[in-house]
Amino acid sequence: MDFNSLLSTLLADVPTLAAVIIGVPAVLAAYIVGGEFLVQRLPDKARPSLRPWIWVGPALIFVAFFLVYPVFGTAWRSLFDNHDNFVGATNYGTELAGFPSGGAWIAIRNNLYWLVLFTLLVLIFGLMFAVLTDRVPYESQVKSLIFMPMAISFVALATIWKFMYSYQPPGEPQTGTVNAFLALFHQDPRIWIQDANVANFALIAAAVWGFVGFAMVILSAALKGIPGDLLEAARVDGAGELTIFRRVIFPLMMPTIVVVGTTLVIFALKAFDIVYVMTNGNYDTDVLANRMYKLLNVGDTGLASAVAIILVAAVIPVLIFNLRQFRAVEARR
Amino acid sequence: MTIASEQIATRAAERRFSPDWLGQGFSKVLLHVVVLGITLVWIVPTLGLLVSSFRPLSAFASSGWWTALSPPFKFTLDNYSGVLGSSNLGGSFFNSFMITIPATVIPVTIAAFAAYAFSWMKFWGRDFLFLALVGLLAVPLQATFVPILKLYVQVGLTPQNVGFVGLWLVHTGYGLPFAIYLLANFFRALPTDLFESAEIDGAGTLTVFFRIVLPLSVPAIASLVIFQFLWIWNDYLVALVYVGSTPEVAPLTVTLAQLVGSLGQGYQLLTAAAFFSMIVPLIVFFSLQRYFVRGILAGSVKG
Amino acid sequence: MRSSGFKSLLTVSVIALLVTVACGTGSSDKGTVHVLAVWAGSEEDSFKAVLAPFTQKTGIKVSYESTRDVDALLQTRIAAGNPPEIAGLPSPSTLSKLASQGHLVQLDNGIIDMTKFSAQYSPGWIQQGTVNGKLYEVFSWAAVKGLIWYDPKNFTAKGYQVPTNWDEFISLQNKIKGSGTTPWCVAVESQAASGWPGSDWVKEIVLSQSGPTVYDNWWQGKVRWTDPAIKQAWETWGTILGPGDSNVYGGKNYILSTNFGNGGDGLFANPPKCYMHNQASFITDNFVKNTPGIAPGTDFNFFPLPDVNPAYAGAHVGSGDAFSLLKDTPQARQLMQYLVTPEAQAIWVKRGGKLSPNKNFDLANYPDDITRQVAKVMTGAKIFDFDAGDIMPTPMRDAYWSAVLAFITDQSKLNTILSGLDQVQSTAYKA
Repeated sequence: MDFNSLLSTLLADVPTLAAVIIGVPAVLAAYIVGGEFLVQRLPDKARPSLRPWIWVGPALIFVAFFLVYPVFGTAWRSLFDNHDNFVGATNYGTELAGFPSGGAWIAIRNNLYWLVLFTLLVLIFGLMFAVLTDRVPYESQVKSLIFMPMAISFVALATIWKFMYSYQPPGEPQTGTVNAFLALFHQDPRIWIQDANVANFALIAAAVWGFVGFAMVILSAALKGIPGDLLEAARVDGAGELTIFRRVIFPLMMPTIVVVGTTLVIFALKAFDIVYVMTNGNYDTDVLANRMYKLLNVGDTGLASAVAIILVAAVIPVLIFNLRQFRAVEARR
Repeated sequence: MTIASEQIATRAAERRFSPDWLGQGFSKVLLHVVVLGITLVWIVPTLGLLVSSFRPLSAFASSGWWTALSPPFKFTLDNYSGVLGSSNLGGSFFNSFMITIPATVIPVTIAAFAAYAFSWMKFWGRDFLFLALVGLLAVPLQATFVPILKLYVQVGLTPQNVGFVGLWLVHTGYGLPFAIYLLANFFRALPTDLFESAEIDGAGTLTVFFRIVLPLSVPAIASLVIFQFLWIWNDYLVALVYVGSTPEVAPLTVTLAQLVGSLGQGYQLLTAAAFFSMIVPLIVFFSLQRYFVRGILAGSVKG
Repeated sequence: MRSSGFKSLLTVSVIALLVTVACGTGSSDKGTVHVLAVWAGSEEDSFKAVLAPFTQKTGIKVSYESTRDVDALLQTRIAAGNPPEIAGLPSPSTLSKLASQGHLVQLDNGIIDMTKFSAQYSPGWIQQGTVNGKLYEVFSWAAVKGLIWYDPKNFTAKGYQVPTNWDEFISLQNKIKGSGTTPWCVAVESQAASGWPGSDWVKEIVLSQSGPTVYDNWWQGKVRWTDPAIKQAWETWGTILGPGDSNVYGGKNYILSTNFGNGGDGLFANPPKCYMHNQASFITDNFVKNTPGIAPGTDFNFFPLPDVNPAYAGAHVGSGDAFSLLKDTPQARQLMQYLVTPEAQAIWVKRGGKLSPNKNFDLANYPDDITRQVAKVMTGAKIFDFDAGDIMPTPMRDAYWSAVLAFITDQSKLNTILSGLDQVQSTAYKA
């Protein structure tokens, strides 16, 4: 890049830079200052009941516009066919037809695999790493290494694991790490994501590897919130590490575990990128989000919207669980 | 906090014999072995990618990456020079920053205020709104593209007119549910005594928020910043839909994706591209690590 | 509170924000055309090289965007009301669907000079771009399928002869098998599109075995998948794959898990892992990149897939890159007209990897002899039909590819696979 083009590029970027460095902080500051200004003008009695709305307001507006409005739009569109004729619940009927071997039911079954295995494995590994690294002096370095897979984009993650699962015929030198590992034990190599018996689990394994860093970081933050004196006192009293974990750490981290778990469950429901890039739903690995994407591609907006609504509705049991947890924490206060 | 206090009281009453010095030493060694061992296994795939990024294309399909670690060494910098030589790399790197930083700062700020309101203020419909927020985490993003994009086009929020503003707003909308959910959880865990003593001292809500709640929630906020930054930095689809892939506005993810042809030609460049792109989120992660410290809360109430 | 400081900072930043918003990108003088297509990497360089003389001559800027998910992105942008002016897609079925929905601009009533066009393109190519009697797509580049690649040195070493008809073809295959090596290399992995190389095999056999009428009715959804003609094509492919895929190096595991770009590498191994590989002409690029030091002609050559049925001799399947117009602007019209000229097409052809469907195309533009011979196969084909998968509706094509994977996994399940395809066919062709 020569100097002139560099200069012109930089000049073209000045408005963007100005917006980012000056504009954005200014708007945020305006919101904080302006909000407080508004609150101060309110009558004293009304203040406690109206202030929450000013604090919650922008969030609600953003979410209403970018998420709620499209959801309602999607729900509305799911009642029409591709030519804008009203068809009621027909789209849902078409999608959910053919239980249990219909396409959507296989996807639902797979989503359930993801829901259970992915969530549990990520939570277990995340918790383990958070707790164990807390006790070693090289904590930062280890956490960075465990976190690295999260810093990789989904495409790169899929690339890594496709190499990992590579296959060469028996007798030939293996190119895939997993098959090479099997070869160390004189086992024959096998295909992983192209075999319907294990494909789902192979994909979930790749996703777990990618996401443990997420659980670890958040659980680690929660762990740091447990006052050191509590743990020291327990140790002084002779409690073993395992007991401390079971009786002190785990219960105190439970709310955060619920938050991480909920996020993971919802991610499992929406799992798309990994499945799309590695198998596109072949070999019995299809998931709901992938079905929706394929329908959108061909302009089947009615059916695609129905799948989207099924996805969103599937999260209701999770919400109920959260509500109960929420109430329990509130009661204890 | 009351549960833990009870347990400590119980323990104190029991007064058991503590493990001896040798036993403690052994479990220390075991700890290190376990941590290092699992970490080593965990980084194997990433290590494989790193080594592969220094190998020529012809080696990929013929031998595993670990064979490159023993002689003859056939390393090459071709993949990296291919990435670094791609057109618009610097420009898209800049674009990624211009997209990611505001799209991280805005939702974190808005979420902090909203999360505090959800955790410590009482208002009509609070629980229902919070649950609805969590439920919105499940909305598949693809379902939102057409309605929002249509509105953007009608209102003129296109990259030609306002640059990345539309994208910042969209990422804020998408990121708020998780951000509020996470922060509310941490805010709620703060001890009630804190707020009571602050009230006694006559501190206003804003002061409590800025001087007490935020400093005590630094690990939580640091986590949120890490993830929000990361997800937007690695985002491909949302940027593609709302700003497109022309060189002026393309972020790094789009530029790097274009290294590979429609039939997959040049996929070996993806190995180097992955590491190149990974640098910035890792720097963010590493530099925020110092906020993951314990003991900020300790002694705060007794002070 | 430092309110006054805040207030001035606020004012300054609001002004800055307004300035930012007001300063959009500068408008260009002669206009811009936005093109959306799938080409990236070195293909993108080639396409940009094609566009360069156009911009130089007319002063019109071309803003090129590329993504692998062209179908999805195009649907979204059309629905939102900001489509690109021109779209280039490898799957004409999407373009045809868009045409029937009214999103494409008709080309044969003023935009393309039809007298010149008909002189330069054979009726087949023109017909391919016509929907309901109106021209909506034009083809700039082409490719031929059904080329069997082999290593001449290996053939000479074993005394194998290039087969000239189907019987010789099968007996050669059996001869190689008898001598202890798998005759074929097949690889179908292709991420979201896995299975397509296998679908090429089947469609080539359908065309060559049952003729163009059956073929055309088949991709139009008028012939069922369980029809004896179609079933026979699959079974014929089955005899090439061998029972349990035993004629193919590495068996089903290798076929399913190996990327198509590495499919032919086994030809050049020492000792060779296989002797023949069926693939379109672009694969030569992969040969050379994956196995350094080999050269066209000496290390690899091709022969066209022999005719299965002498009644339909000289039948070949090909594909092409189509362009369509989504927004009618004067600049976009000029670009469309440019893209169908042999001069524009020659720029990419010279860089390798593509053929031109234009009758006026000078063969000297082809970069090497092998490509030239491939072009001759295309122009000399007595029956030349378009890639059926590309023109089937997308859900049908996706099911076709998945069926290939299922067939390779277990050939005995063919009947179930075909009835499954019939089910998809019954709904996929509704608009």
